[in-house]
Amino acid sequence: MALEFSPETYKKFEETIARYPKKEAAMLPVLCLAQKEFGYLGQEAIEYVAQLMGQPPARVQGVVSFYTMLNPKPVGRHNIQVCRTLPCALRGAEKLTSFLKKTLDIELGQTTGDGRFTLSEVECLASCGTAPMMQINDDYYENLTDEKVTEILASLK
Amino acid sequence: MEKVLLRNIDVPDSHALAVYRSRGGYRAWEKVVQSMKPEQLIEEVKASGLRGRGGAGFPTGMKWSFVPKDSPKPKYLVCNADESEPGTFKDRLLMEKDPHATVEGTLIAAYAIQSHTAFIYIRGELAFGAGVLERAVDEATQAGYIGRNILGSGYDVDVIVHRGAGAYICGEETALLSSLEGGRGWPKLKPPFPATHGLFGCPTVVNNVETLAALPWIIEHGAAAYAAMGTEKSKGTKLFSVSGHISKPGVYELEMGYPFVKFLDEDCGGVPNGRKLKGVIPGGGSMPVLRPDELEKVNLDYESVQAAGSLLGSGGVIVMDDTTCMVRAAWNLARFFAHESCGQCSPCREGCHWMEKIFRRIEQGEGDKDDLGLILNVSGNIMGNTICPFGDAAAMPAAAFIKKYREEFEEHIAQKRCTVRME
Repeated sequence: MALEFSPETYKKFEETIARYPKKEAAMLPVLCLAQKEFGYLGQEAIEYVAQLMGQPPARVQGVVSFYTMLNPKPVGRHNIQVCRTLPCALRGAEKLTSFLKKTLDIELGQTTGDGRFTLSEVECLASCGTAPMMQINDDYYENLTDEKVTEILASLK
Repeated sequence: MEKVLLRNIDVPDSHALAVYRSRGGYRAWEKVVQSMKPEQLIEEVKASGLRGRGGAGFPTGMKWSFVPKDSPKPKYLVCNADESEPGTFKDRLLMEKDPHATVEGTLIAAYAIQSHTAFIYIRGELAFGAGVLERAVDEATQAGYIGRNILGSGYDVDVIVHRGAGAYICGEETALLSSLEGGRGWPKLKPPFPATHGLFGCPTVVNNVETLAALPWIIEHGAAAYAAMGTEKSKGTKLFSVSGHISKPGVYELEMGYPFVKFLDEDCGGVPNGRKLKGVIPGGGSMPVLRPDELEKVNLDYESVQAAGSLLGSGGVIVMDDTTCMVRAAWNLARFFAHESCGQCSPCREGCHWMEKIFRRIEQGEGDKDDLGLILNVSGNIMGNTICPFGDAAAMPAAAFIKKYREEFEEHIAQKRCTVRME
């Protein structure tokens, strides 16, 4: 069966496009709704959004491939993104990444076997004064130490 | 110095409308919408000397005045909250702790250009801040500050909080507008400028969060009070976000023209652990690094930092002590730009990756004696040859690291290893 929004999400979709002066301006919020609903933006999701937005799938695909927060492939339940840019690097971002790799026993870009965690590095997240830091899904975790990271990982099921 | 931008930051529940109003919030908006003409407002902001705080420092009132008054098209005001410049986290603080100041500033700017739809484009990663702003917009709407016939003035405006989805380039104003049009965040050639051909080809003004958040204070206290602070050409106060090897990282509000060395040593507590300062990037990762000997006479204002060979930019101050490997630091930033180049212009798309590869091989002990000249050559060929300032932003710091720490780069190449190790 082809992908489609649940009635609740479809209502949100309609409310979203109604907010904007032109429908195409709602592309990013609609893609975010789709990612939340379907977990990632694979080919089927892209075709569905294209149909909803009245745009060619190629254009939607072009948007998805441009933005780092839009995932063309599935990610774990907890998507860990470590900031690697200079201010964080000066305060131990590389050590943080090594610790996470070792603890989770995965490399960057991989997901743990149980689908719990995905690990990657990202560029500056505007949290330079509280480095090193990582983002997990929507939440920022700052001023990290190995002990704090261990606690955080244990709290995420 | 009286705080303009951080005046509410430490007040408990400063994000709530009731608290913001108890501190004088929305009085400026009431005054503007009920008693000021748009031209009068533009003149007031011109007189204040306020310049854009996103990095370019363009006079705000002048930017507004470029919007045609007789255009039959809708006009748009966009608050640029896509804060992504390495070392910069000031707008995030403002939005999370004092969101109504950003909203009030957005309303004032929208009124100045007579826009009836305003957007706050916030980077998608700042989900918490976006939620805080959305609640602030809802509160302000319920209180009658946003919507139709605001406070009986006959003026209507809607404010939409729009979340980005992860792309540094969207902080560049024309890229931001491409993104808001629902496409890839590709910059556009200027001219035409957004003031005449912006969002959907309509007159548009894009202002940074910090710029807008200064407006309520300026209206409340008057342009003269704002212009009385700072230097002749850099008026008022500015936020500085300090990171890296510094005792007290954080966001500071300073009167423009404050001595740089005093700021680092006294306000920020200096470099910790008894180490020495090796270099400072004064205005975010796109700006040339300065050596300690170049800081002596520098004051924190646009002109003084420029005279020292860098730029004030976003005010993102990145401090590096003597344990920092400058090759690794340069490579780190080159990697940032290679990752973030939007791919439209060949010199930037190819050049950023080329520079990143050369820096990396030097860092890994596989550099060649001709590599430094090669990076300078690539950097020189990017400068000025791209449609947006991103190319220059990638090229300038790369060249500055080599020119200012040449011996360290040469030693790295000769010894085929790093002689300083970052933590």
